[in-house]
Amino acid sequence: MVAALAPKTGAAGDVVIEAVDLKRHYDIRRGLFRGHATVRAVDGISFVLAAGRTLAIVGESGSGKSTLARVVTLIEPPSGGTLKLMGREPFSGDATAQRELRRAVQMVFQDPYGSLNPRRKVGAILEEPLIINTPMKAAERRKRALAMLAAVNLRPEHYNRYPHMFSGGQRQRIAIARALMLNPRLVVADEPVSALDISIQAQVLNLMMDLQEQFNLAYLFISHDLSVVRHIANDVLVMYLGRPVEHGPKELLFTQPRHPYTMALLAATPRVDPGQRIDPQIVKGELPSPLNPPKGCAFHTRCPFAQDRCKVDVPALRTVDGRLTACHFAEQIAG
Amino acid sequence: MATDAGAIPAAAHSAAPPHPLVEFWRYFRQNKGALAGLGVIIFLGLVAIFADVLAPHPPAEQFRDALLRPPVWQDGGTWRFVLGTDDIGRDILSRLTHGARVSMAVGVFVIALGLLVGVVLGLTAGFFSGPVDIAIMRAMDTLLAMPALLLAIVVVAILGPGLFNAMLAVSVVVLPGFARLTRAAVLTELSKDYVTAARMTGARLPRLMFITVLPNCLAPLIVQATLGFSTAILDTAALGFLGLGAQPPTPEWGTMLSDALQFIQRAWWVVTLPGAAILLTVLAFNLMGDGLRDALDPKLKR
Repeated sequence: MVAALAPKTGAAGDVVIEAVDLKRHYDIRRGLFRGHATVRAVDGISFVLAAGRTLAIVGESGSGKSTLARVVTLIEPPSGGTLKLMGREPFSGDATAQRELRRAVQMVFQDPYGSLNPRRKVGAILEEPLIINTPMKAAERRKRALAMLAAVNLRPEHYNRYPHMFSGGQRQRIAIARALMLNPRLVVADEPVSALDISIQAQVLNLMMDLQEQFNLAYLFISHDLSVVRHIANDVLVMYLGRPVEHGPKELLFTQPRHPYTMALLAATPRVDPGQRIDPQIVKGELPSPLNPPKGCAFHTRCPFAQDRCKVDVPALRTVDGRLTACHFAEQIAG
Repeated sequence: MATDAGAIPAAAHSAAPPHPLVEFWRYFRQNKGALAGLGVIIFLGLVAIFADVLAPHPPAEQFRDALLRPPVWQDGGTWRFVLGTDDIGRDILSRLTHGARVSMAVGVFVIALGLLVGVVLGLTAGFFSGPVDIAIMRAMDTLLAMPALLLAIVVVAILGPGLFNAMLAVSVVVLPGFARLTRAAVLTELSKDYVTAARMTGARLPRLMFITVLPNCLAPLIVQATLGFSTAILDTAALGFLGLGAQPPTPEWGTMLSDALQFIQRAWWVVTLPGAAILLTVLAFNLMGDGLRDALDPKLKR
């Protein structure tokens, strides 16, 4: 069944996406006399993601995760830095190349209730990408849609139903099926399970991991839920106010975080066993306004280890103990 | 594991999820007024279609021997002219029957034109923010700022009197409602993820506008179209009454009213019956429009 869907494209380990110093700034008019302000929603993010791997982007609301997703999925152009998909630059001005590359990047959205067109049947939703992008005949499209339904563990009779007849988990599986119809190389998943019941979350995550293996997909997985990230990711990139604060292999970041913000996020994860709980009080206050980020290290206003130097010097991202981290005192604060 | 868990909710759903149309009819049926309105509209539609067969006389034929003959149930009435005759001896029942045809045609034409232009303008304004949006919406505001009938009179004054020009004029009057409604619905839909998903699969603008977004904006438009139908009939009748719409001897209800106005003291039927026809039609469309709104708007569902 699955063999009819897609040949494995590219070998595991091929670089699918490469971002260097990616930036996305927004100009905000604040009224007649106050002039412009710039929101640095994404400010200097770099990463490399290979086929078959999962990179998790982690951060609080407002840290720029979703803006990064919009740039990576080519919905918005970056304000600076370079983005390469399969070695080609989508924003080089060549519209045909951009359309081609756009097919290679698909997205799974957070809200499975808003991401499926309520007026169209599941079959039509799955076939639309094929209608737009391929010259396939109706019978062939139907065959592919049915095969994809099977691949996401839905049944053939679901083909003729409307989205409102499905549960949240089923809808999210339909959304995943739609994202895979064009054989993408990269799937950007923006909090794909945070709107689902806990019991359904594991089911959808496991399905995503199975599909990753089958289709050799690269996942850019955006989440604020670290237990989900622990389950699915290979690498983790922690963002704070649009900037990377720590970036490295999952095991390292989870067991030995070297940035106080990563430690704070880990401490905030709910745990069943009281003995395992870390004091969640180590970070105080709210995320500062992105319109007016703190000088020096952006995190110094909330950091329990902050020194005078942090208020002045912006810490550079540097290699410490096998991962990249942006803290002046990374060596001293090993968790 | 995933297969088992997926099967359970699916089995629960397979207990015949009602088709949207079936569900709609279930809600619509509860509103007795709307049902009555629908009945009257179907009746009027049939009368309009079969006017040639149903009418006892040609609508413009004058019977010189029977001027201002009263309806059959009054002294002096005959079965030959069931609802009486007017001042030049034309059968009122025949003229009302053919008038239904004119009124239905007016409603269909006005709403079709208003809907078509209004939806295209509204979609354009909704999809292109900025100057295009502002230009279209301010033009619509300008139309809305003038009293409806006055605006129609202005348009007819420019184009010249006649039924067709009156219909064009009324189309201009109902246009802003459709454009604003479409734009508002489009803006709501555009923020939803399924539109972004369609964009990401490479859908181009026309497909996004007409296939992805428009079907999701239809519910309020259907309601507005039904309610607009009555506005169209009423305004065209008003233009006819003012002598700017249908010209004699076209059997248009508004024109019939104004022609017979001088006989209101002597022969009540020449004025009352066309008036009652207008009233009944407009009432039926309004009742059905309200029922449609209740049935189509999920927020009003119990």
